[in-house]
Amino acid sequence: MVQKIDRDHTRFRDIVRGRIKRDLKKFVSSGEMIGKTGDKLVSIPIPSIQLPKFRFGRNPKGGVGQGEGEEGQPIEGEGEGEGQAGESPGQHILEVEIELEELAAILGEELELPNIEPKGKKMLDTKGGAWRGIRRSGPESLRHFKRTFREALKRQIMAGIYDPDNPCIIPIAADKRFKSRKEMLAPQANAVVIYMMDVSGSMGREQKEMVRIEAFWIDCWLRSQYKNLEVQYIVHDAVAHLVDQHTFFHLRESGGTKISSAYELCLKMMGERYPADEWNIYPLHFSDGDNWSARDTEYCIRLLKEQMLPSVNQFCYGQVKSAYGSGQFKKDLDTAFTGDERIVTSDILDREGILPSIKDFLGKGR
Amino acid sequence: MGNLTPELSAIHEEVKELAHNYGLDTYDVIFELVDHDELNMIAAYGGFPTRYPHWRFGMEYEQLSKGYAYGLSKIYELVINNDPCYAYLMRSNSLTDQKLVMAHVYGHCDFFKNNYWFSKTNRKMMDAMANHGTRIRGYMDRHGVETVENFIDCVQSLDNLIDIHSPFIRRERKRERAEASEIPRLKAKDYMDRYINPPEFIARQKRIIEAELESESRFPSEPVKDVLKFLLEHAPLERWQQDVLAMLRNEAYYFAPQGMTKIMNEGWAVYWHSTMMTRHLLHAQEVVTYCDHHAGTLGTQPGQINPYKLGVELFRDIEERWDRGKFGLEFQRIEDETERRRYDKSLGLGREKIFEVRRIYNDVTFVDEFLTKDFAEDQKLFVYGYNQRTGQYEIMDRDYTKVKEQLLWSLTNFGQPRIYVVDANYMNRGELYLYHDWNGVDLQFALAAETLKNLHKLWSRPVHIETREEGKGRLMSYDGQEISFQELVPSKEAVAVGQEVDDE
Repeated sequence: MVQKIDRDHTRFRDIVRGRIKRDLKKFVSSGEMIGKTGDKLVSIPIPSIQLPKFRFGRNPKGGVGQGEGEEGQPIEGEGEGEGQAGESPGQHILEVEIELEELAAILGEELELPNIEPKGKKMLDTKGGAWRGIRRSGPESLRHFKRTFREALKRQIMAGIYDPDNPCIIPIAADKRFKSRKEMLAPQANAVVIYMMDVSGSMGREQKEMVRIEAFWIDCWLRSQYKNLEVQYIVHDAVAHLVDQHTFFHLRESGGTKISSAYELCLKMMGERYPADEWNIYPLHFSDGDNWSARDTEYCIRLLKEQMLPSVNQFCYGQVKSAYGSGQFKKDLDTAFTGDERIVTSDILDREGILPSIKDFLGKGR
Repeated sequence: MGNLTPELSAIHEEVKELAHNYGLDTYDVIFELVDHDELNMIAAYGGFPTRYPHWRFGMEYEQLSKGYAYGLSKIYELVINNDPCYAYLMRSNSLTDQKLVMAHVYGHCDFFKNNYWFSKTNRKMMDAMANHGTRIRGYMDRHGVETVENFIDCVQSLDNLIDIHSPFIRRERKRERAEASEIPRLKAKDYMDRYINPPEFIARQKRIIEAELESESRFPSEPVKDVLKFLLEHAPLERWQQDVLAMLRNEAYYFAPQGMTKIMNEGWAVYWHSTMMTRHLLHAQEVVTYCDHHAGTLGTQPGQINPYKLGVELFRDIEERWDRGKFGLEFQRIEDETERRRYDKSLGLGREKIFEVRRIYNDVTFVDEFLTKDFAEDQKLFVYGYNQRTGQYEIMDRDYTKVKEQLLWSLTNFGQPRIYVVDANYMNRGELYLYHDWNGVDLQFALAAETLKNLHKLWSRPVHIETREEGKGRLMSYDGQEISFQELVPSKEAVAVGQEVDDE
């Protein structure tokens, strides 16, 4: 039944979508929704959607409560006022849940991102199933009426007991046909994102936060493009390690920086687990642009040119500005790979720079 | 009417008879059995399935549905002040719950019909809402959904600016005009004149007369609290906009008494469901379920007042006091605690008294009149406040006068700031000047700025609101381009005028 409320509900969802689109930049740079991500849904606070009214702000005088306790004892469930209008509603910020897929669509629309054309061999993958088959046995609830009728008709005609003047068809057990589920094979592309990040002393908390936000949105977009997306995390200072997501964003090391260590580990992993002809590979590397030595940088460029770039969809290098980083690495990459479409470099100066940088990385549609 | 199962119909009949035997006086009550999704929808529309379309109802619906899906909230009862009285029962509720809800609904329905503050509400609101819906849909067809919806947004953001007393008073009466030149003096002989008409007295009279003259030259001549009505009459609106504004104002007035009597109304309903359930309707095997749900309704949290709890406890306290004659001068003079507690003249006036109370009081007068020291102590009421030092809310005081003061404060004007139109021709440029009668708590400025923008859409000339921030005067203005602030000396005149209105 289509209910009257559906129309209003759809209007509301449209408005929410509009607000998210309008404030996308703000959401991206604040990163506040990332903590509230579930499997499929994100919760986004949208204060602007509530109708503004003249109402009281926080009441310094407090309110009235009921229960045990001495004077001076703190109360739990602070500050909801009397449950009456007036004090509480203003402090409540509306949170709207939205599907990650829809969020990706909004991101795509806003940044005008092209869809990705998956490369390489198409994998065949089972995809649920559909009620397309017919079987001779099954439960009555799945009986296919038309087919059963047809079988009964055929049998009666063959047996010569069918009378066109009195077309009475009576199915017997052998006539019965039942619907059955058939597995479907659908082409499916596999993709892997390999995040690499410099965790040496010069990458501070804020730099990591920026990487985290950027990674969230890139994940979000790639997930909307590939059904199976695997994500791997590599941290490096002078040596590289494969870590889990939490460690990746929270680990803090001191020590020097040898970027080649990460690239080597990444290549090793690609060689072992992600053959280039079956996987769409997206290595992303974030650092503040400092490297141990010019010789290591040369080695990195050689690794990229000879091994990495031929097998990946696109290699992304994001340079986060930090107080200590020289930013030399990006310059070196840019000089070495001028005009090469397979490598994208981007500067992320501050949180405002996240959105343009996402656009840089994903705007090629590779 | 209604779609109850035979079993529920039988219970309904039983509850109805009981209620009427107890002296509850209701319109016909029609129960509709609905599933949770329908109930959420109806609740999103404020109880009126026929209401006009607007995205905000969709938002309510989403929140209610989520709350239900996650098991965080569930609507038990929904009852509409209308003749006949419509109430909704959730199909999936247990039989015990249905009984409880029915008995509860009869309490509400009696309250709607008999409480004085509801006496001016439209008892055919179900039909009125449907008409509003039809008309607004018509306007949407003609002027576009977006246009009409945006206008509704603006009006809704102002719909707390009404005067809850307005249905009860006659407005805009003409005053006798006083001549400024002549100050009325009391008759006195020359040598006594100095004493009978002292100079200060004359000066004060002169100021009053001047103020009156001054106010007559202003427009509006007196501050207007019903801002919506003022806009309806004086804002440059198109016909359809006037019609929409009038309809929404109408709805705001319909809902206002429910905000004014939340504690009483719920208390009354709880009183009756518990009376009927425990004395008549409950079967032995239902007792535990009933107690569980009843306790859930009345549960309190330290930082909150539960209107159900406070209301029913007050009604019970009143009943007990009048049963035992614990009122009047004789009782009040008793100082000894044990004697006060033991006092009993066996008057048995309790039931009669609470029926009287439900007829003439609203939350403010109810709390003011009946929240006694004994009651506040028995109920463990306290005032809490924000402690700057520890950064949390703490219990401040258990003194009952403070509790009462704080409670009354939050109930006054159903918890909304008091805002008046004081000048519609500010600076002689047709600008609208609102005055917020500040009483210790600031407005939320970010919201106020947005509200001002919405007001500007209706008034179409610059709009201002005078308020205070931490006691210092502020004038917030919006000229169609940007919000600006200006410091002000809190205008005494406006305060005086505001208070004059209150005193009336």
